[in-house]
Amino acid sequence: MQKQAIFQSKLLPYALVAPQLAIVLIFFYWPALQAVIQSFLLQDAFGLSSTFVWFENYIELFKDPAYFEAIVRTFFFSFAIAVSSLSFALLLAVMADKPLRGSMLYRTLLIWPYAVAPPVVGVLWIFMLHPSLGVLSRYLRGMGVDWNPLLDGDQAAALIILAAAWKQISYNFLFFLAGLQAIPKSVFEAAAIDGARPMRRFWTVTFPLLSPTIFFLLVVNIVYAFFDTFGIIDTMTRGGPGTSTVTLVYKVYSDGLLGGNLGSSAAQSVILMVMVIVLTGIQFRFVERKVTY
Amino acid sequence: MANVTLRNVRKTYTGGFEAIKGVNVDVADGQFCVLVGPSGCGKSTLLRMVAGLETVTGGEIDIGGRVVNQIEPADRDIAMVFQNYALYPHMSVYNNMAYGLRNRGMAETEVKSRVEEAARVLELTSMLERKPRQLSGGQRQRVAMGRAIVRQPKVFLFDEPLSNLDAKLRIAMRVEIRKLQRRLNTTSIYVTHDQLEAMTLADVLVVMNGGQVEQVGNPLAIYEKPATTFVASFIGAPPMNLMSTRADEIKSQLNGAATEAGILGIRPEDFVITDQTPAGGVALPLTVEAIERVGAETFIYGSREQEEQRVAATPGELPPGEVIVRIPGTEAPAIGARIRVAAIRPKLHLFSGDGRTRLEA
Repeated sequence: MQKQAIFQSKLLPYALVAPQLAIVLIFFYWPALQAVIQSFLLQDAFGLSSTFVWFENYIELFKDPAYFEAIVRTFFFSFAIAVSSLSFALLLAVMADKPLRGSMLYRTLLIWPYAVAPPVVGVLWIFMLHPSLGVLSRYLRGMGVDWNPLLDGDQAAALIILAAAWKQISYNFLFFLAGLQAIPKSVFEAAAIDGARPMRRFWTVTFPLLSPTIFFLLVVNIVYAFFDTFGIIDTMTRGGPGTSTVTLVYKVYSDGLLGGNLGSSAAQSVILMVMVIVLTGIQFRFVERKVTY
Repeated sequence: MANVTLRNVRKTYTGGFEAIKGVNVDVADGQFCVLVGPSGCGKSTLLRMVAGLETVTGGEIDIGGRVVNQIEPADRDIAMVFQNYALYPHMSVYNNMAYGLRNRGMAETEVKSRVEEAARVLELTSMLERKPRQLSGGQRQRVAMGRAIVRQPKVFLFDEPLSNLDAKLRIAMRVEIRKLQRRLNTTSIYVTHDQLEAMTLADVLVVMNGGQVEQVGNPLAIYEKPATTFVASFIGAPPMNLMSTRADEIKSQLNGAATEAGILGIRPEDFVITDQTPAGGVALPLTVEAIERVGAETFIYGSREQEEQRVAATPGELPPGEVIVRIPGTEAPAIGARIRVAAIRPKLHLFSGDGRTRLEA
């Protein structure tokens, strides 16, 4: 079998890859380059002129305590979203893996939320937890909780984490279920005969055998929490109250588009770009190593 | 040490499918019991019910004088060797064997001595630190055995443990399993679809078909006196020739009680090529259609003069009217030759017309 295609013309292969290359160049490399250039420029207050200032935008950024707060907050959010969403998805997957009646139905239902766009997720949760509109807010207040995420920063953060984690559960669930089904049932049966109780079986057999899936999902979830939570934050809190739900991505948007500080915003997006490159690098290296236990 | 008794054991799935239709088997302490049958006969299900991996919907399973129907697999004091070995892929060979002991809270020094002893017996000492994926099929099989023996359970359960090995290794491991079982003297139940494995391993052979026990007994006794046509054709290779006694050429040769029978069975090895007709025996003219020489013996596939419908639906079915004859050595008639074969009276097996009852002449 011939695996390599042979072209008569030297130009044809280039012509064939050109559309793809054009898309990548126009929609990724060009904006990325623009961002890098922009990050070296400083705008005047009216946006009429800009000066080349080398690394001043970056230096300013790292001197700014608000930026550090956003970094810490973003890491905290990512960690909280990834851990809560992964553990809940794993719990659901372990339960859904049992051969019960109607398993196709509830597996499908569990996967559905993934089809919901992040801003819609935000709106859905607002309907449930808005201090004056929310259905659940009434019950919370009934139980004596002073629930008001519009004023309380911690509650707002909790709300964002809840909505973002919920959205990601289906995706994680799908991978966990596939991971569980890839483990031969007889391994669990052997462990049961070997005297391991369900909890011990989970921690000594299921969990280690799922570790490749868990690691993969951890990276995917962190990337998600870093970047894709923008829609949820924008619809639910707009970074508020104060700056208590401003993550790095939201800060790029609010400093640049709302604050008009394009240089700083560009510098921030360059930093984010480096982060996502590092994360993707980790993931690629990991995916290449097929067997991990 | 324990005996295993199955009393009218049944398994009915929620859909109403009856996988096991009332099985009674008694395995005495230290005996090696083999469950054999075609795929789908329920033998693996039955074994998994003994292990506690499948629920019992009727009857009782008794291990060492204790009814275990409602007892967890872990508390039945059994060990099982799976067809795919079911080793823990993330654990070393040592930890695979130690896992069951540690789960039971055994002291680490005792764990070490037991695992090392098992490794020595199974020649795994140099591989204790390896992961299962670094082992060959035969070595994995031995680890699975090791995991069973370190526990020193009352009963060993084997679910087709050799079916993933190549033919040569299968024979070697078969002998190993038998030697090990004799030395440990642990009651064992072994499931296989391979009648040769069943014949060579079993103290007690249980032939199953369609969720029911066809015959229980000593392997040679079953070979010599199969109770049904199913057993007759399943045990022994090549299978017993089964013919309808209604065919004129056979009917005319039978006398006495034999005339009542519906089916006549003759094993390939019980035929001799001869011009004589032994008194009370059966002689058949055949046309040689194919010859198989395997060295020590030769199989002749012959067609009978009269085409007839074969009577029993059996595994290893022959085309209607075909008869297999086994002769020693490599001397054989030419293809197309007409020969005459005969079997003496004591070698005839007679069954009722439905094949369910053996008739003694």
